[in-house]
Amino acid sequence: MFALLIAGIGLLVVIYARYYMSEEDSVPRFFSFLLAFMGAMMGIVLSGNVILLSIFWELTSIFSFLLISYWHNSSAARDGARMALTVTGIGGFCLLVGLLLLGNIVGSYDLDKILEAGDVIRAHSLYVPALVFVLLGALTKSAQFPFHFWLPNAMAAPTPVSAYLHSATMVKAGVFLLARMSPALSGSYEWFILVGAAGMITLLLGAYFAMFQQDLKGLLAYSTISHLGLITTLLSLGSPLATVAAIFHMLNHATFKASLFMAAGIIDHETGTRDMRKLSGLFRFMPITGTLAMVASAAMAGVPLLNGFLSKEMFFAEAVETHADSFLDRILPYVATLAGAFSVAYSLRFIHTVFFGPKPVGLPKEKPHEPPHWMLFPIELLVVACLVVGVIPAIAVGPILQAAAMGVLGPDTPEYSLSIWHGFNLPLVMSIVALVAGALIYILLRNYLAQCKDGAPVFRRFRGQRIFERILVEVSWRWARLAERRIGTRKLQPQLRWVVFTGFVAGLLPLWLSGFEPRPFVFSGVDKAFAAIWLIGICLALGTAFLAKYHRLAALVMLGGVGLIVCVTFVWLSAPDLAITQLLVEIITTVLILLGLRWLPKRNEINDAPITVRARLRRFRDLALAVFCGVGMTFISYAVMTMPVPDAIATYFLENAYSQGGGRNVVNVILVDFRGFDTFGEIAVLGVVALTVYALLRRFRPADDTMAMPEQQRAQNRFDEERPDRSAGDTARDYMLIPSVIMQWLFPVIIMFAVYLFLRGHDMPGGGFSAGLTLSLAFLLQYLAGGTRWAEDRIRILPLRWMGAGLLTAALTGIGAWAFGYPFLTSHFQYVELPLVGKMPAATALLFDLGVFSLVVGSTVLIMVALAHQSIRINRLRAIDAAKTKET
Amino acid sequence: MEIILSIAIGVMTFCGVWLILRPRTYQVIVGLSLLAYAVNLFIFSVGGVKTNVPPVLVDGTATASLADPVPQALVLTAIVIGFATTALFLVVLLASRGLTGSDHVDGRSDPS
Repeated sequence: MFALLIAGIGLLVVIYARYYMSEEDSVPRFFSFLLAFMGAMMGIVLSGNVILLSIFWELTSIFSFLLISYWHNSSAARDGARMALTVTGIGGFCLLVGLLLLGNIVGSYDLDKILEAGDVIRAHSLYVPALVFVLLGALTKSAQFPFHFWLPNAMAAPTPVSAYLHSATMVKAGVFLLARMSPALSGSYEWFILVGAAGMITLLLGAYFAMFQQDLKGLLAYSTISHLGLITTLLSLGSPLATVAAIFHMLNHATFKASLFMAAGIIDHETGTRDMRKLSGLFRFMPITGTLAMVASAAMAGVPLLNGFLSKEMFFAEAVETHADSFLDRILPYVATLAGAFSVAYSLRFIHTVFFGPKPVGLPKEKPHEPPHWMLFPIELLVVACLVVGVIPAIAVGPILQAAAMGVLGPDTPEYSLSIWHGFNLPLVMSIVALVAGALIYILLRNYLAQCKDGAPVFRRFRGQRIFERILVEVSWRWARLAERRIGTRKLQPQLRWVVFTGFVAGLLPLWLSGFEPRPFVFSGVDKAFAAIWLIGICLALGTAFLAKYHRLAALVMLGGVGLIVCVTFVWLSAPDLAITQLLVEIITTVLILLGLRWLPKRNEINDAPITVRARLRRFRDLALAVFCGVGMTFISYAVMTMPVPDAIATYFLENAYSQGGGRNVVNVILVDFRGFDTFGEIAVLGVVALTVYALLRRFRPADDTMAMPEQQRAQNRFDEERPDRSAGDTARDYMLIPSVIMQWLFPVIIMFAVYLFLRGHDMPGGGFSAGLTLSLAFLLQYLAGGTRWAEDRIRILPLRWMGAGLLTAALTGIGAWAFGYPFLTSHFQYVELPLVGKMPAATALLFDLGVFSLVVGSTVLIMVALAHQSIRINRLRAIDAAKTKET
Repeated sequence: MEIILSIAIGVMTFCGVWLILRPRTYQVIVGLSLLAYAVNLFIFSVGGVKTNVPPVLVDGTATASLADPVPQALVLTAIVIGFATTALFLVVLLASRGLTGSDHVDGRSDPS
């Protein structure tokens, strides 16, 4: 039924909007949003999984935001949209929490399972929180008190949107959810109190506010709120009959309210205003619209022979029956009658002010007339539906309603009769009282209403909107600023200090709580050579830390030393793959930092200001933190190392590497086969880093104090200038002659070595990473040997192509597995005989490794070359600077 | 064996943490490198410290006596990524030095 409602009214709205939208508006945008919204709405009503439901729920919030703010030039539309999004967004989040709780209670996120487990849910200790969260979601969406304020503000939307979202679909999602969830959640006292109170207050207040609106759409908006309150109240009662009535009223309300919104849109369209103080006597200009609106609003008021009457009767009948003995129950019939009277009053007002009375004066558009026929057609259809349902209910909607009620209630669906005449009973009396009282109210208030300001008396000052905006400003502006001022900092050091401190505490706490005891250190059985190596390593590490401030080069050399010792450790501990990679990376990093050091001038110890007490204190704090971290790491790693290694996933890899991956080097097989997807992501990261470095260096401008030629080069050039037989630059070129000849000779050898490492990678230590690093080292050495210009005259490396080719090869290898019906990156292997080389593995993983290799080469070379090129670029920068000084 | 390795990890962590809390960019880059060594060794040591075991599958050797390949694979990728981040940080350092003329981590040394 709901799907029918959404699709049917959607179709009518689309037809209507075709004529409503003016030529300046972007129609494609409008229709795409509208249809997307329709899709999301369909998703809500049709999804069988609560998480999916929640996602569609959020989607409707987003699309309603886009639709309300469709006229994004108007600030009212923007504000209304933002408010709607905030309120429904928060609600959607609460709903998700509630649904997760429910799913947790039931143990399944299937809607059917949850609905079946109603008794389990109600008995669970988490029932109340889950209920509250789900209700928050539903009530915000359906604009129920106290969240009703967003709906009138959302009226800044184009009228087709209001007709669709705010009468038939979006606001119905909330009550739909309530109805849908009622088998699981309803029937408890909490449910009745929460839902019933919200529904009754909304019912009454909405109707009351609606009477005093001066804006046509405002009136309709509040009336919608009130009708939704009615549905909510019905659902709160928890009896099957009430649920049927609620569903019936959802259907009826959608038909008459959508047609009324469309009628309001036509009036706005033809006269240029929606202010009821200006409108009057339009019946003589547009009789058809007038008639249709009259019928629809009569349905809204609950006049007999129309559909509104039927569901209202059912409501009254349910209200009279006492379901639980509480205050809410006892006042319900009176509230219902009063709200009915109010709704009669505002319906009368809508019709009387707009269509009757003297001719309108001072309208923005002169000579209003009937709109094109197709614009009226949707209204006609809906109004006819109102009439048909009202006169012959059992035949017209009986089957649909039956299906919908069965959908919600299942086999418990009660017997009910849809007919106009149930005999002279209490609900009929209430209807009559409401009709008469409503007419009286309108007659009494008529003159007051014709002049009064917008908004209901007494409540005019309590505007939900104001409160909402105050809260918004308070939270998102003042509190945020306060928090930023109090705990924020723009300095890196405190941030890092907090990160390290938090990390330390986070590491310590679980150990502390679980009663961790450091293991006693055992010094016996220590390999003396290993100890000696690390003695040097520790000294180097301390030296690095000590010298990094003033003696950068020395620190770098020591850092390299530490790296080498780490490398030796890897060899020692049976990890040759790591040792190779570590060694190569160590070399490249050192060269890289050396290249960078060119642009970092020497620091002068004397220039620094004397150390203050505060600085000393800060240093002491950092030192203490560092000591704690170091000691903690020592204990933890000792404990980890001396514990027996649990039989984890390692065995699986070791056992299957050869049979499934076709390689004996398990590390490589893991990288390119078992965990190939991780490696794929990783090489992508490497490529991104290389590109970022490249991009950053393209606009790099070194600091002024590093613009001059380095000291060494100056000395060399001076030496050249002093001798008549030498020209400038000779020494710089020649003083590395012998190493550079060796490097040039080694070029093919290193390439060969790289190929060797690559080919044997699957079975022996090696592989794409180390081969790639080796090859890029070969290139790097040529740069070192002959200088950038010399190298680039002789070899053309296109690092970007290497990178692209590498990434593509890796990806295509992965995709290739699809062709054979396997998941991404499944590898295939066999051994092939190559001439000269002999038997070698030819797994598709080798191709993937080729991609890794190519990308590593490209990225490394790109980074290096980009940095090396700065020495050439600086000449150009110097020339530009010289030209500038000449001009000035 | 284990005791030396854990002391080494501890010392390198100490130096690394101390350095990344310093105000000069170069100190931070060196500190990150040291920290990376410590972390890599730590991850590596999770697989158990084994000397003189075959790192690749050899026929006739029981799998239990082999070196644990999983931490090795993790550390291998960590080394390469560590290199990438060092390169990136170095270039950011240089660019910041070029833009601000200072090698303080905040781009200026005054504590305002």
